[in-house]
Amino acid sequence: MKHLLSIADLDAATATGLLDTASRLKDTLLGREVRKLPTLRGRTVVTLFYEDSTRTRVSFEVAGKWMSADTINVSAKGSSVSKGESLRDTSLTISAMGADCVIVRHPASGAAHRIAGWADKDAGTTGTHTSIVNAGDGTHEHPTQALLDAATLRERLGSVAGRRIGIVGDVLHSRVARSNVLLLSTLGAEVVLIAPPTLLPTGVAEWPCRVAHHLDAELPALDAVMMLRVQAERMHGGFFPSAREYSVTYGLNERRLALLPEGTPVLHPGPMVRGMEIAPAVADAPNAAVLAQVRNGVHVRMAVLYHLLAGAPE
Amino acid sequence: MTDLLNDLLIRNARPYGEEAVDLLVQDGVVTEIGTGLAAPEGTEVLDAGGHVLLPGLVDLHVHLREPGGEESETIETGSHAAALGGFTAVFAMPNTDPVADTAVVVEHVRRRGEEVGLVDVHPVGAVTTGLKGAKLAELGTMATSAAQVRMFSDDGRCVNDPLIMRRALEYASALDVVIAQHAEDHRLTDGAQAHEGAIASRLGLAGWPATAEETVVARDCALAREAGAALHVCHVSSLHSIAVLRAAKAQGVRVSAEVTPHHLLLTDGRLTGYDPVNKVNPPLRTGADTQAMREALAEGVIDVVATDHAPHASQYKDTEWAAAKPGMLGLQTALSVVIHTMVEPGLLDWHGVARVMSERPAEIVDLPDQGRPIAVGEPATFALVDPDAQWTVRGAALASRAANTPYEGMRLPGAVAATVLRGRITARDGKVVA
Repeated sequence: MKHLLSIADLDAATATGLLDTASRLKDTLLGREVRKLPTLRGRTVVTLFYEDSTRTRVSFEVAGKWMSADTINVSAKGSSVSKGESLRDTSLTISAMGADCVIVRHPASGAAHRIAGWADKDAGTTGTHTSIVNAGDGTHEHPTQALLDAATLRERLGSVAGRRIGIVGDVLHSRVARSNVLLLSTLGAEVVLIAPPTLLPTGVAEWPCRVAHHLDAELPALDAVMMLRVQAERMHGGFFPSAREYSVTYGLNERRLALLPEGTPVLHPGPMVRGMEIAPAVADAPNAAVLAQVRNGVHVRMAVLYHLLAGAPE
Repeated sequence: MTDLLNDLLIRNARPYGEEAVDLLVQDGVVTEIGTGLAAPEGTEVLDAGGHVLLPGLVDLHVHLREPGGEESETIETGSHAAALGGFTAVFAMPNTDPVADTAVVVEHVRRRGEEVGLVDVHPVGAVTTGLKGAKLAELGTMATSAAQVRMFSDDGRCVNDPLIMRRALEYASALDVVIAQHAEDHRLTDGAQAHEGAIASRLGLAGWPATAEETVVARDCALAREAGAALHVCHVSSLHSIAVLRAAKAQGVRVSAEVTPHHLLLTDGRLTGYDPVNKVNPPLRTGADTQAMREALAEGVIDVVATDHAPHASQYKDTEWAAAKPGMLGLQTALSVVIHTMVEPGLLDWHGVARVMSERPAEIVDLPDQGRPIAVGEPATFALVDPDAQWTVRGAALASRAANTPYEGMRLPGAVAATVLRGRITARDGKVVA
């Protein structure tokens, strides 16, 4: 694995290998007082974030530190053309400073692909190599989120293959949904997207999943449900009539929780909008896997850094 | 005094791919066509090597970026590209800085074109001041200026307001000029980055729905019908627009339409690497759309090929997708793409190529001395095409200042062996004749 840009680049064996590594790292570190492995000592990991983020950036930073990598956080704001230095120049500058891995979050879909392309071209002339990890690009993908979701589902369900997973909400603007559809289907799950037509992209029919509009009808047959955040700006964008109607139609409340089979895990990539897509009582119910997802996020990102910088372990 | 530069004997050329003949040109006009013609003393001889002779190509849609965007193209470099591409007349869109919405700017563009002297550069005037879509520009003043503007367009932007479009068409009808519409309902394309469909949905690029084009084409055809005005639809990209155009033409609406070479050949399948060289407006669409474009062009529902030649310096293209400017080079690859997509599959013969790239474009804007038959008494304005040549496109080797060609590394058929403008050779064997 050279970069991690899209789940589409992972076959089932590679994805499973990453999840297995994450699981082993978790077991290794479990209960340890000093949670630090020497694996990436002397390696430099830079997070380059063009968007506000707490959990993803901190998660990568913790992952790097637990592997003994030197981690550096760069927060860059603004788009290339309007505000000075281009994305190309910024990313090549960071590569040139010796970054072994650059973790990128950017509001433009495909930004990580572009940076990887520039880095590879530069590597061709300088002989140095920088791995690029996509930590969320526009409305395209968020591969490590899908990996941590799959890790959580494996823990809760034993396996992902053959399970029916519902993803509910703003699929149109969700990079989490795109990565999850790809990864879960690659791992053999049956994915159902549940959303109003206005929040589904044209072309979704060609995705490896099924599409539904009625949440209540789907809940009883789901093995897990993943709620997507509804961003505030969508509420005023005419995608649905009102926050109240959305919450009534697509929010996961206690009544709907009862429609799910007993103990069905409820996932949410966060940050949650309590009372909108998820009721507070559901967010805090035993089914809710939200904090487990966050914990697994660190191990999954350790696994990604491990595979990228140290090579896949035997 | 006879300008000897405009006297020429063209030997062994095949007009429209037919029998080889010699053509004697005197003072820019064809005076004799036959075999074994002798060159009068002092007359330049162009050995056409049995290549195909077409009337000089006319492009209704280019962006030459001057004034204001000289880092991407100038009238001089764009004229070089045009001459090398077989073009003898080009229509330069008004989205410059300042916008070509006054007589001063259009006259400047026209004059710069004449100074360079390689191709007739016709400025297109803006429909609305500043391309803002709110207030009609001085169409009459531009039409009667020294620039003699024949076509008006807010290209790059749609004249989105139906009332402004109605007034523009009505007003234009009295001036006998054409309103060329960039058909895109901006309300439907807010933030759009790519053809709305399976590929864009997977790539997370906001969709540009084909309906945003189709609905404006339908609306404008109705407005043009009522105004009795001439409407030209720029860069048709959606197969759904074709049905609308066919119906309007059947009703007798004065509507013409163009398709770009890239919408004949390229699809949104090229977007998967996020290379903005493939970003263009309207966007690359599906294989079903390109096939429909080819058939509509052969049928005549789409009248002409226009390049939408849109140079952008690398700083505007070597970026993340969303930040990149839309547009592609087109002048030097247009004929080859038409040969590849239309001639090779048998959809057009050489008469057909002459029709869609020279005769009809000249007719739409009523140019008296372009797109003329190859005959005695007609202007010696030609593109000489080597139909058997193959070449590999290299952006850096093209004459434009920018290098944003989507055909980089592609092998294309057909090469322009020479371009002749009123008896004067403007390009020959891939080099501009200054």
